[in-house]
Amino acid sequence: MGGIEIFLDGISKAFGLILSSDPEVLGITALSLKVSVVATMVGAAFGVPLGFLIASRSFCGRSLLVAVINTFMGVPPVVVGLVVYLILSSSGPLGFLRILYTPQAMILAQTLLTFPVVCGLTISSILGLDPNLKETLQSLSAPKLWEAAILLRESRIGLIAAVIAAFGAAISEVGAIMMVGGNILGYTRALTTAIMLYTNTGEFALAIALGIILLTVSFGINLLLTVLQIKYRKRR
Amino acid sequence: MAFVELRSIRKRHSDKEILKGVSLEIQQGELISIVGPSGSGKTTLLRLIDGLDFPDSGEILIGGTRLTKETAPAIRPNVGMVFQNTVLFDASVYENVAYSLRFRGLPNDLIRQKVEAALSLVVLKDLAKRSALTLSGGEAQRVALARVLVYDPDLILLDEPTANLDPANTLIIEGALRNANLQGKTIVLVTHNIFQARRLAKRVGLLLEGEMVEVQETERFFNSPMDQRTRRFISGDLVY
Repeated sequence: MGGIEIFLDGISKAFGLILSSDPEVLGITALSLKVSVVATMVGAAFGVPLGFLIASRSFCGRSLLVAVINTFMGVPPVVVGLVVYLILSSSGPLGFLRILYTPQAMILAQTLLTFPVVCGLTISSILGLDPNLKETLQSLSAPKLWEAAILLRESRIGLIAAVIAAFGAAISEVGAIMMVGGNILGYTRALTTAIMLYTNTGEFALAIALGIILLTVSFGINLLLTVLQIKYRKRR
Repeated sequence: MAFVELRSIRKRHSDKEILKGVSLEIQQGELISIVGPSGSGKTTLLRLIDGLDFPDSGEILIGGTRLTKETAPAIRPNVGMVFQNTVLFDASVYENVAYSLRFRGLPNDLIRQKVEAALSLVVLKDLAKRSALTLSGGEAQRVALARVLVYDPDLILLDEPTANLDPANTLIIEGALRNANLQGKTIVLVTHNIFQARRLAKRVGLLLEGEMVEVQETERFFNSPMDQRTRRFISGDLVY
């Protein structure tokens, strides 16, 4: 079979798998979604407040810290996977948790990937706001919590972009979850790790089918977030 | 005792001295205008009175209390400032004005009453639901004034509130200021529009290159100024 035939076969298989609600594929897709969505949410829960604090306060070493965070935005997933593996392995500092090769370990690894993305883009977003905005809030005697809420609200389009980027980084990565999840069928096998496995075993059509499902899932989530972003932009 | 007292205020930004020992007394309920060319230190002066920045030397007293970093949070709720470059929040006109009251923890019913009254003062009640970011420059400046008037501060500071505005918007803002002044508000109006200063102010001061050249009753300021520089500024001979 040539490349084109394999690709077309993959597309046809993808529809077949989707329409037949294959339990294995459904399980793999659900796990991918769960791990990436939770990792994005946890990354955002820590990344947005920390990014806001770094952007809204002047302190010694801020530029250095921002440069470090920006560097970690592009950290190779396999490096994160290695670090998390060493931490969670039986001889590692968190080995007692016994969560290596579990979805929790995959979430932890992906959170380490999503956190700097959300944090770094939140910093850019807050720093990009009109500096007169903060002064206006100060002049109107806004309490600190109100000030933070309004500044975050003003940068919400940027924050949604941060979440989109973080989710994209999580759902598409393979190195980290492969190392700490182990690609165990029915337990830690995600879409990306399954694609890698099926490619290695020569089951290209199945790999392409899963690739199409991965793209569709990713597109669905991104579409939802983008619609939200456009809705806010239109209100202006 | 003066309501606002500036004693030998000096302020430097990097290597330039912006204010060079400015002293000024403003009585409660007075509408005073500070005029002067661009870069003369007018905005810096207002920022210092609002406690957004602090002088390098000298002191500012508001209602008898010395304005410092420590006292500013307690003094500022009674001071309102309308900036030249108005920044409105990405929300409706109503919410922009309501925020000032939400910050103060007022109940929603009271907020609605006060916001509607403030929007009426600047003739914007019909635009309450509009997104503030879609307003014209004049409408935006009127919202900025309304969000200050709504919390009823005793001291209102305005930095070129009608710069680049058309006569209709200027008239509405001037009307609202006159009204606030009649209700006893102390108003400091910074403008380079000497005609506006003459129309509104009881006293006018000329700030030139960081120095308060002279402060006089409005008619005297325009008809028989003491300082040669004031005469030249009024006549338009002082090119800036």
